[in-house]
Amino acid sequence: MPLSRHDVEKLCLLARLELTPEEMPDVAAKLSDIVTLVNQLQAADATGVIPMAHPLERAQRLRKDEVTESDEREHHQKNAPLVERDLYLVPKVIE
Amino acid sequence: MHEATIAQLSQALQNRRVSSRELTEHFLSRIARLDADLNAFITVTQDEALSQADAADARLATSKATPLTGIPIAHKDIFCTKGVKTSCGSRMLDNFISPYDATAVAKLKQAGAIMLGKTNMDEFAMGSSNETSYYGPVHNPWDRDRVPGGSSGGSAAAVAARLVCGATGTDTGGSIRQPAAFTGVTGVKPTYGRVSRYGMVAFASSLDQAGTLTRTAEDAALMLQIMSGNDERDSTALPEPVPDFSKALGSPWENITLGVPDNFFDDGLNSDNAQTVREALSVFEGLGATIKDIHLENVHLSVPAYYVVAPAEASSNLSRFDGVRFGYRTEGVEDLTEFYMRTRGEGFGAEVKRRILTGTYVLSAGYYDAYYLQAQKVRKLISQDFARAFESVDLIAGPTTPTPAFGIDQKTGDPIQMYLNDIYTIGANLAGLPALSMPCGLVDSLPVGLQLIGPHLSEDRLLKAAHYFQKETDWHTLVPPGYAN
Repeated sequence: MPLSRHDVEKLCLLARLELTPEEMPDVAAKLSDIVTLVNQLQAADATGVIPMAHPLERAQRLRKDEVTESDEREHHQKNAPLVERDLYLVPKVIE
Repeated sequence: MHEATIAQLSQALQNRRVSSRELTEHFLSRIARLDADLNAFITVTQDEALSQADAADARLATSKATPLTGIPIAHKDIFCTKGVKTSCGSRMLDNFISPYDATAVAKLKQAGAIMLGKTNMDEFAMGSSNETSYYGPVHNPWDRDRVPGGSSGGSAAAVAARLVCGATGTDTGGSIRQPAAFTGVTGVKPTYGRVSRYGMVAFASSLDQAGTLTRTAEDAALMLQIMSGNDERDSTALPEPVPDFSKALGSPWENITLGVPDNFFDDGLNSDNAQTVREALSVFEGLGATIKDIHLENVHLSVPAYYVVAPAEASSNLSRFDGVRFGYRTEGVEDLTEFYMRTRGEGFGAEVKRRILTGTYVLSAGYYDAYYLQAQKVRKLISQDFARAFESVDLIAGPTTPTPAFGIDQKTGDPIQMYLNDIYTIGANLAGLPALSMPCGLVDSLPVGLQLIGPHLSEDRLLKAAHYFQKETDWHTLVPPGYAN
């Protein structure tokens, strides 16, 4: 099932992932191959099978809703590319 | 010193026949001399290693040492290591200094193991050849024109070349077992949840599992003993107590039944590999094991099911890389959406982009039921096939990979061919089962792996079977040519 350039552009927007014009044809072709591969699943008769949510069929355990971590903002913000007055900076979003 | 196993070095350290500082300096000098041709390490932590070694020597003089105190190891660069670069093989994290230790790392550190550095890997663990790393491919020490497998290729190559005694790895679809097979080492992927995933950069959270790459099953038992166990920081870590693995290895042999799936001896399997694996099975027969032919009805759907589930989870996990809080950030973009897109487009490599887009595709409106839900149903069918098999066999045995290590650049142009390399390993991940690969022969002077798969939480049984095999054979003692000295 070939994916068009338009299909891939839509996926890129959904995934917030830019491709260069040079990357585009190769990605479209290879994604089409991958979709063909995963389409083999359609042949399996899985009527009535309960989808597997956990490899050991366990339920997610919960912990008490208590604060367990201390404030380590300064420590963590050392890895941030751009910080000003303890705030993470992004491009302007309000006119 | 590098010819000895962890078990042997542990004895030598405890008896003070060698110091951790001597060992650490010896392995650091091997890395300095030999790794330029292998590219197995992204970061070497020489200064930290030497100070850890001195602390280990002090501890060895007390009664507080563990079997790993003073033993030089390395961590796959997917594990967060406090104060040390944790790149995950990606440009996206090239500048990331982890503010904390992964639980597996912390436990090994507390046991006194010495970290020599962080090993190279496929970017975000997405690959089967180590060629998707931002830091360049790792070369297989058996033939440097070939790949070491992936994604834990740096760990596998480092252990095979005796640059380190043992290393951590992670296995989402075969990423410990396949490189172990390609480099002639012992690779163990425990049961899903056996080792905490806290601090392991997430790829596909319902499949990811940490494990070990070592020379022998005996050494794997020593490392896994420390790494395994419950963790309040990982809600999927299993609460079951961890048995004494080394004790299990030492217990007398009991006759077991090995199930051999006919599906694992398909047309895709190289005939020399098939012959080598069959000879390995006869070693088990010689030990008194019964070999039983079995059939896993749906296992042929493992690869397509995996390439829905894993990319879907990856597309969600990797949405955290946005250029704002940590990691790579583009420059000169005014619009927020464009900023995210450019940052991620520049920060991720080609294979990671393909997986994110595949995951986005299978999760998008109108496709969810046909792909993701169907894959989770097929996953259940595959899991039921294994469960049924384990009603009549103790372990499942077969090849780890279809062929020995392939050439660098041989499969990079065709992702589907690359994906099919994991055809025998993916099933254990989908079903959450423990599995290992150990060397069982050579084909064209390259190592071949024998895979054993067990029921949930049967690591002790798996390690014991591997240990008895290694007592009967010497494939695990072979050193790649040029790396003995």
